[in-house]
Amino acid sequence: MELVHPTSTAEVAEALRDAAAQGLTVVARGRNTKPGWGLPVAADLVVDLSGMDRVLDHQAGDLIVDVQAGARLADVQAHVGTQGQRLALDETVPGASIGGTVATNASGPQRMIAGTARDLLIGVTVVRADGVVARAGGRVVKNVAGYDLGKLVVGSFGTLAVITEAVFRLHPEPEVRRWVVAEPDDLHASAHAVIHSQAVPWAVEVDGSTLAVMVGGRPDGVAARVERVRDLVGGTVSDIAPDGWGTYPWGPGEVGLKVTFALSGLRDVLAALADAGARVRGSAGVGVVYAALAVPDALAGLREVAARHGGTVVVVDAPDEVKASVDVWGPVPALELMRRVKAEFDPDHRLAPGRFVGGI
Amino acid sequence: MISKVEAITARARELVPADGVITDRARLRTYECDGLTHYRVVPALVVIPEDAAQLAGVVRACAEHGVPFVARGSGTGLSGGALPHAEGVLVVTSRMRAITEVRPADQRAVVEPGVINLDVTRAATPHGYYYAPDPSSQQICSIGGNVAENSGGAHCLKYGFTTNHVLGADFVTADGDVVPLGGMAPDAPGYDLLGAVVGSEGTLGVVTSVTVRLVRLPEEVRTMLVGFESTDAAGAAVSAIIAAGIVPAAIEMMDALAIEAAEEAVHCDYPAGAGAVLVIELDGPAAEVAAEYDEVERLCALHGAFEQRLATDPFDRALIWKGRKSAFAAVGRISPDYIVQDGVIPRTALPEVLRAIDDLSARTGVRVANVFHAGDGNLHPLVLFDESRPGEGAAAEEVSGAILDLCIEHGGSITGEHGVGTDKARYMPRMFSDEDLDTMQLVRCAFDPAGIANPGKVFPTPRLCGEVPGKRRGAHPAQEAGLAEVF
Repeated sequence: MELVHPTSTAEVAEALRDAAAQGLTVVARGRNTKPGWGLPVAADLVVDLSGMDRVLDHQAGDLIVDVQAGARLADVQAHVGTQGQRLALDETVPGASIGGTVATNASGPQRMIAGTARDLLIGVTVVRADGVVARAGGRVVKNVAGYDLGKLVVGSFGTLAVITEAVFRLHPEPEVRRWVVAEPDDLHASAHAVIHSQAVPWAVEVDGSTLAVMVGGRPDGVAARVERVRDLVGGTVSDIAPDGWGTYPWGPGEVGLKVTFALSGLRDVLAALADAGARVRGSAGVGVVYAALAVPDALAGLREVAARHGGTVVVVDAPDEVKASVDVWGPVPALELMRRVKAEFDPDHRLAPGRFVGGI
Repeated sequence: MISKVEAITARARELVPADGVITDRARLRTYECDGLTHYRVVPALVVIPEDAAQLAGVVRACAEHGVPFVARGSGTGLSGGALPHAEGVLVVTSRMRAITEVRPADQRAVVEPGVINLDVTRAATPHGYYYAPDPSSQQICSIGGNVAENSGGAHCLKYGFTTNHVLGADFVTADGDVVPLGGMAPDAPGYDLLGAVVGSEGTLGVVTSVTVRLVRLPEEVRTMLVGFESTDAAGAAVSAIIAAGIVPAAIEMMDALAIEAAEEAVHCDYPAGAGAVLVIELDGPAAEVAAEYDEVERLCALHGAFEQRLATDPFDRALIWKGRKSAFAAVGRISPDYIVQDGVIPRTALPEVLRAIDDLSARTGVRVANVFHAGDGNLHPLVLFDESRPGEGAAAEEVSGAILDLCIEHGGSITGEHGVGTDKARYMPRMFSDEDLDTMQLVRCAFDPAGIANPGKVFPTPRLCGEVPGKRRGAHPAQEAGLAEVF
């Protein structure tokens, strides 16, 4: 396996043109923090983007930032934080890069108020399998010119093109954040009470039997909203996040699942995960929870429960031998159309072959 | 031998009730344009299906015969995106108006594409919810059209665009197959095809059912009308508000000429003598809104606001919005003809670009009224002219194009919400490289290799699907070998 360390989009393009000429398979890598995600890939060439780690431009007045894909999310946060702003993406895996976060559409608690990379990415530069450099979107938040290629590359696990540069919209950093942490008797009912209240929670998370609600904003407003949350669910108030906030519940060697569902399915999903012996943490407020299992035996049953509530179960992280024995992505409608998109962007199937849905 | 369109007409009559198949020339003409009325094409056939199966059947017939189809919702689009094709079929969704499900507990509604935007909010309001994207045409525009155009509106500054509020769709491909995309839950595994479809202006296929997010109605809404002496002062106030970390639900600006037009049309009683007004709306939990309001009022005063009015009840709020929402039509009072432009600039470039527009106007003698979503830098300059006077139309067209160039020069976009459609396809190469456009068209080739879904829109030059991308260098090898000639 060959390794290249480009420091610019032009160098990535050159590497991909050479790979195309030689018919090499290629995997793009950011900070290698999620090696177990997606199906295992054995590629001829690894394009390591860690040398593309610069913040190219931060326009605080326009609330945008332009960064290279290999930059660490945490470094970008520190950069825009000096101007009282934030990129509203959680660092769910320590050290994660911008490119990897976009390619996996990894998300955490903040998605309830700001969405995921899908919603925050306003411009993207990619290098195609044939080495052609293409941009879509731009540097303004409001823009409907041309196809939104950013949406296609978000969550595509590097199978369509190599992301080299991303422009994001930013959010102002709130003056204060408060967490209300409670142990309600009925997690579902309490979570829903908060979700549908006028407290405007910025995050509604579950962690085992714990419900944690985050509220951010101006001090006066936050104080009133925190009281409202406490009226609904009780609990204690803190100005620091509870342990484990915004991280995945699984450890090395375990099977990590992402379970999605329509909000009203929370009760059934939590019950099914409890029956399966799973450790659960995640964003109950948006219908996404993560679970850690020792073995994937319960997968089929969990998929049935999630499907009843309009959702899915994906095996996010697991040892290779486990991945080889289960259906990692689960059933995917519109797979034929996805294959056609893949065939147009990467007709020789050289980008991260076999990592994604349906063998893409 | 019957023509292709006749064959599709026969098939449509089998699928769709008789009054949903229109072939009469006079009636076809009523569909010759959308909201951008200076582009007109009479379609060969209009079909108005009642459900997804009928719609898919018509598209399948088009695919079998290689005949173009164009989808149309309410026909309010402002870029000619729903302009018919002379040899093609116009598929109108106006009879697909069922609100299939309202699920407040899931914060979702499922609607057919012909449903009027505001009707989704009306259906959700009794449950304490609403549908956030609110284009100015929300009383008549359809959700299907909103999906095609990725419609925005005054409140997308805080709440995002259609693409942030559509979670799922039943989608009819250009082959006539019905495919589910996304769903009730977020993050469906696989490529985000729905994200590509939203905003693709009907060039990838047609949605027959749309699952949208419902948003909790805010506890409190405060709308402010603020008068300034100049657009510079108003622009500085906008920047200060954003810099203070406040994200209002909306910040709209109108300049003196736009105010004059609105006064004449709807007597909105905006502050007399203002060089610019801001309409600022704050919404959310009462305590939060109160704190933000104090700050916004202070910042506006600091930047020279000479009058600030506050509306807290729906009646007064409507009065403030009346001037802004009627601004486009109102310009008809001060000019017989006008072009509505839709460009975007980085918000911080606002003073510079407004001065450049002023210079342009002074140099050419073409009057420009400015109305815009100041919070996100989305300009709607109204370029005024009189078609009956020789040369004025062309001069206005030139000024309008020069404004787009200004937007591009400042790192902005040629369209923030109206779409590329027919009108701006020729400007796309000013914003994107050949490689960018070629790559976008790979998506087109995946979805619609035959190029029958709304052809001629968005892209200035269609890509032949299967074509080897990139410019050919030198002569073709076969030609060099004397085996072929180029004609």
